[in-house]
Amino acid sequence: MALLEVDGLKTYFKTQEGTLKAVDGISFNLEKGQAMGLAGESGCGKTTAALSVMKLLPANGYIAGGTINFAGQDMSRITGDKLRAIRWRDISIIFQGAMNALNPVKRVGDQIVEPILLHEKVDEAVALKRVKELFEMVGINPNRIREYPHEFSGGMRQRVMIAMALACRPKLVICDEPTTALDVMIQAQILQLLKNLQSELELAMIIISHDLSVLAETCELLSIMYAGKIVERSSAVEVFSNPQHPYTKGLIAAFPNIKGERRMPASIAGNPPNLIHAPVGCRFAERCYMAKDLCKEQEPPLVEVLPGHFAACHFVRPQRGVI
Amino acid sequence: MARNLLEVDNLQVWFPVRKGFVESLTSKEQSFVKAVDGVSFNIKEREIFCLVGESGCGKTTTGKAILRLVDPTGGSVRYAGAGVSAAMVKEAAERALSKKLMSKEEAEKNIAEGTLEIRKLTRDKMKALRQKMQMIFQDPYESLNPKQSIYDIVAEPLVVNNLGVNEADREKRVAKALDDAGLRPPKDFMWRYPHEVSGGQRQRVGIAGALVLEPEFLVADEPVSMLDVSIRSEILKLMLDLREKKGLTYLFITHDLSVAYVFSDRIGIMYLGAIVELGPTEEVIKGPRHPYTKALISVVPKPDPRMKTEKIILKGERPDPSHIPPGCRFHPRCPFAMAICKDKEPTPMYVSQEHWVSCWLESGEAKQ
Repeated sequence: MALLEVDGLKTYFKTQEGTLKAVDGISFNLEKGQAMGLAGESGCGKTTAALSVMKLLPANGYIAGGTINFAGQDMSRITGDKLRAIRWRDISIIFQGAMNALNPVKRVGDQIVEPILLHEKVDEAVALKRVKELFEMVGINPNRIREYPHEFSGGMRQRVMIAMALACRPKLVICDEPTTALDVMIQAQILQLLKNLQSELELAMIIISHDLSVLAETCELLSIMYAGKIVERSSAVEVFSNPQHPYTKGLIAAFPNIKGERRMPASIAGNPPNLIHAPVGCRFAERCYMAKDLCKEQEPPLVEVLPGHFAACHFVRPQRGVI
Repeated sequence: MARNLLEVDNLQVWFPVRKGFVESLTSKEQSFVKAVDGVSFNIKEREIFCLVGESGCGKTTTGKAILRLVDPTGGSVRYAGAGVSAAMVKEAAERALSKKLMSKEEAEKNIAEGTLEIRKLTRDKMKALRQKMQMIFQDPYESLNPKQSIYDIVAEPLVVNNLGVNEADREKRVAKALDDAGLRPPKDFMWRYPHEVSGGQRQRVGIAGALVLEPEFLVADEPVSMLDVSIRSEILKLMLDLREKKGLTYLFITHDLSVAYVFSDRIGIMYLGAIVELGPTEEVIKGPRHPYTKALISVVPKPDPRMKTEKIILKGERPDPSHIPPGCRFHPRCPFAMAICKDKEPTPMYVSQEHWVSCWLESGEAKQ
């Protein structure tokens, strides 16, 4: 059994205008030590999907259906102390914008000690010793544990966030846009660190980003989300070398490639649909160059095009003997 | 060959560091944050010149100093747009000469070449000139006032500059700017508020605000970095179209080398307040000469997992611009640093007609 099995997950938000279906029936599995990228435009539900796994939804958000099976427990049903015991000990998260996720008036060391003391019966000295080890692991001088967040640069604060996420030796780490606010050079440092930690500690990871090139560098698996649904999912190499869904093709084409030919990348015209009144049929139909009448009437199922490669489009057919 | 629209020579923007009371008693020397420390480049008419660098390298400050949104502390910025008349140049040069802001040679040179020294203009003259030199800002989510309608946002430059004879004329100009920025039909957008349109459309509103005064020169500060990748190239294409249609010239500021690669004609790589390499885009990206440029290019993530390239990951982070290292400012992080790099600052060395690099590795002198 996989470490994480998400099946038909639906996460909705109650808003004044109606129910917003941010995540509308997504499924994926993640094994121990695997890294999966979750890509899509802003508002496609990728962050909501990841927060649902940890049940860190805002007050108006709720899981409306599906199951989230983590190491044999259905996360969508457990609450209270049981949930608190799993959060951070087994699943942790590196939040978007590390700059602002740390408490500015607490020493960074104390902020990392906190979850260790909450989850494990150890005294502060032991916990502090672990923080020093963690700092070393993420490449910060261990003598800096008594400093405050403002004394760290952006890249260093992101390293503190990573150390904090690893404090209780979790099995699954969710990284929400881990490098979005950082410079390319720092981004490269952080991505390398994440990759090294992942293989050293056999971590399972979900990396959320709108930047396909970041995911291409870090993940084995890749899921492409559009308007609350996964439209394509396979290994990263497969998705890049043999994209099936028109949206995936569009996204890949939208990236300028510094190693490639010098030309302006294509863009995807239009905007994603409103998820309060989501269109029937294929949600991408509005913006799709291939769309026919069928697409506006019927929702395409996620079909297995090749072993382990799924896509949801009326115009993809299972391929055999292609590999 | 197209003539230069803008000539920036040894531009400096130093911010004095404020001292505490005790420090002011003990040390006499005033220290500075040298955000821009001797930057020189030209931009030709209808050219897209791109400044690339990490945050804090001074690229934005350079852009602002050219528009005098911050005051340069040294160097010169000379502008020769179609909107600059010989009479304006003469008047400005003579005024600067009489106030002893400029040497006689400089004044004569400006008059002969028809270039305006931006640094020596009075505030009023600068304000008038800024109609021809506009800026597009980075964040379309924060640079637009949420309480103003799109009409008010785009019309504001007209109001500030007292342009447009009446309300109907203003509305016509706003509609034209929106149309130019691709918000069509303009009537559908004019009376809406920023939160009612998408991110890409917001950035178009920002561009319309810059276009409404019909400028010749635009400083675009990271105009696409806050946008989703899927709509970035739409905005870039719009900017290219505007260059064709209106003959615009751009200074494009970005940290994203891959965007610079597809969009710009020439590129300048900035590090810690100075340009370390400058040349035609294709030449710099495909044949970088400075170790910093090489490292920057190597770490750009490639949108293809099959492409495994060797990365040159520099250790540490950029040093503090208030303590710029002596010699070559890059030497503490440079994998190839030699003895000379610590002592002497390299001067630009041309590796081809238009491509220069500031690095001792390129110099015969250092190799001996």
